[in-house]
Amino acid sequence: MTGQTQSAIRFENVSKYFGNVKAVDQANLEIRDGEFFSLLGPSGSGKTTCLRMIAGFEVPSSGHIYLYGQDVSNLPPYERDVNTVFQDYALFPHMSVGDNIAYGLMVKGVPKPERMKRVDEMLELVQLTGYAARKPSQLSGGQRQRVALARALINHPKVLLLDEPLGALDLKLRQQMQVELKAIQKRVGITFIFVTHDQEEALTMSDRIAVFNEGKIVQVGTPAEIYEHPATAFVAGFVGTSNLVSGEVAKRITGREIRFSIRPEKIHLGTMDTNIEADSYSADGVVRDVIYLGLYTRYLVELNGGGDLVVVEQNLKTTSMDVLKVKGQAVRLHWKKEHIREVGGS
Amino acid sequence: MPSNVSYGQKASWGLTLAAWGGLLFLHVPILIIFLYTLTPDETTYTFPLPGITFKWFGVALQRTDLWRALTLSLRVAAVATVAALVLGTLAAAAVYRSQFFGREAVSFLLVLPIALPGIVTGIALRTSIGALDIPFSYWTIVVGHATFCVVVVYNNVLARFRRMQGSQIEASMDLGANAFQTFRYVVFPNIATALLAGGMLAFALSFDEVIVTTFTAGQQTTLPIWIFSQLTRPRDRPVTNVVALFVMLITFLPIFFAQKITAQSADTEGGSK
Repeated sequence: MTGQTQSAIRFENVSKYFGNVKAVDQANLEIRDGEFFSLLGPSGSGKTTCLRMIAGFEVPSSGHIYLYGQDVSNLPPYERDVNTVFQDYALFPHMSVGDNIAYGLMVKGVPKPERMKRVDEMLELVQLTGYAARKPSQLSGGQRQRVALARALINHPKVLLLDEPLGALDLKLRQQMQVELKAIQKRVGITFIFVTHDQEEALTMSDRIAVFNEGKIVQVGTPAEIYEHPATAFVAGFVGTSNLVSGEVAKRITGREIRFSIRPEKIHLGTMDTNIEADSYSADGVVRDVIYLGLYTRYLVELNGGGDLVVVEQNLKTTSMDVLKVKGQAVRLHWKKEHIREVGGS
Repeated sequence: MPSNVSYGQKASWGLTLAAWGGLLFLHVPILIIFLYTLTPDETTYTFPLPGITFKWFGVALQRTDLWRALTLSLRVAAVATVAALVLGTLAAAAVYRSQFFGREAVSFLLVLPIALPGIVTGIALRTSIGALDIPFSYWTIVVGHATFCVVVVYNNVLARFRRMQGSQIEASMDLGANAFQTFRYVVFPNIATALLAGGMLAFALSFDEVIVTTFTAGQQTTLPIWIFSQLTRPRDRPVTNVVALFVMLITFLPIFFAQKITAQSADTEGGSK
């Protein structure tokens, strides 16, 4: 409320243990007001536990969680101005779509005419006008998803939590919902916190992303920062595909004892007589495998003297016939020095 | 259910015969009881009936000992059922929702009374009630019946909980409902038909229970015990038949409806996925 610097959610040294298992380890995090923020990580990395602690379904073992400055660490779910869209939607099967959406207002004692008006607004927001009388069992997966969203938004929460809400949808519907979710977030202006293990989804939708691994937050940043400047080898590998080069191979290429990542699309595939500029690195090798993927082609190159690199090139002028002929040929790979990222341990 | 038999294949006549034979064996004796409520002959079962009379219904109406037994049975069944509904639901909720030490043991111990022969439950209860110097009364009968009525409700409700999407409870709390509201608007509608079915079954079980009652009753006579005692008085046989018919109706109807209700809710739940 005090200004634009107000954070919506703040984690202060939050840890969560289940028995001896450390699900979340000393997490510090700041999510800004109005942001579309993603918690990204493989399963078991602690992202869902963090979300459940914000919702109030889990209590932190230590540390504090602040919601717009208020310490909510120990508040029960029904006393927090936060609502959740569940992975399995968790619609109430015995209630109509309208009653499902109105539930939050009903338990607060909002009178019926007001409830009906707000339900209609919500149905319009999620493009389900006219569905109020149906039962959840009569809806498709995508429609249930919209009902769950409408139900969670009707209370105008300060923060909306989304727990892998698109996981059960097929690819096409998922991409459509990604666009729609983003549009709805813009319209309602509420902070969205989105849990996903799908890095592409996180990159597409988020203003900022926190990458989780083994209970720790390993990097927080915009999609571009995370993609272009991965902080650790794990982030480089998890977000997008990346070549991780270390040891002897790294030393041979750069002349230094470092460990670095390089994105496949930054590497150029050249013939053996290609001249290497001073601002580039190069490595010679043999193309072991060619995978034609329509829009682009992926090459697996075995470097002379050990190690291999994945290279991706768009099929701007080439056809499948051209690219498949490259298999088995000797090539010289080269890329701009500025495109490598030196990374620390895991 | 008839829609399931759409294989277009007829059962062999041998199987049909065996099925009908089985059904007749089970149900003809019940028809016989019905038949002999109408006989004018009060001591023997002669066939064909020497005549038809409805006087035994009148005689039964006049018998105050019979009415006392019937009201006692209804009161015991009602209270045992209510106790079973409350305790059975709480036990099912605890076993379903939380992990605690001895959870499996609790589940097993709850189901035990229905697996245990009634005579064992009866002796055990009589011994412990006697040892505690508690006088045998209406309440000791109720407690005795509750031991096996709780199981019926517990099993029904637990099965329903297991089919229910657990995140519904979290969703309700998340939307601002406190524990009481969550129970009222989300949990209760989900388990309502299971409660009804379990409650009706518990009522029927309690209403015609003889063995445990024999051990836990004092001077009171419940209806089944009253019928049992009538066996030694052949003169009142048609009256006993009238009562038996009545008991049958009282226990049959709840079980019939309980089955209907659970079948219906199973259908709707099957349709939702």
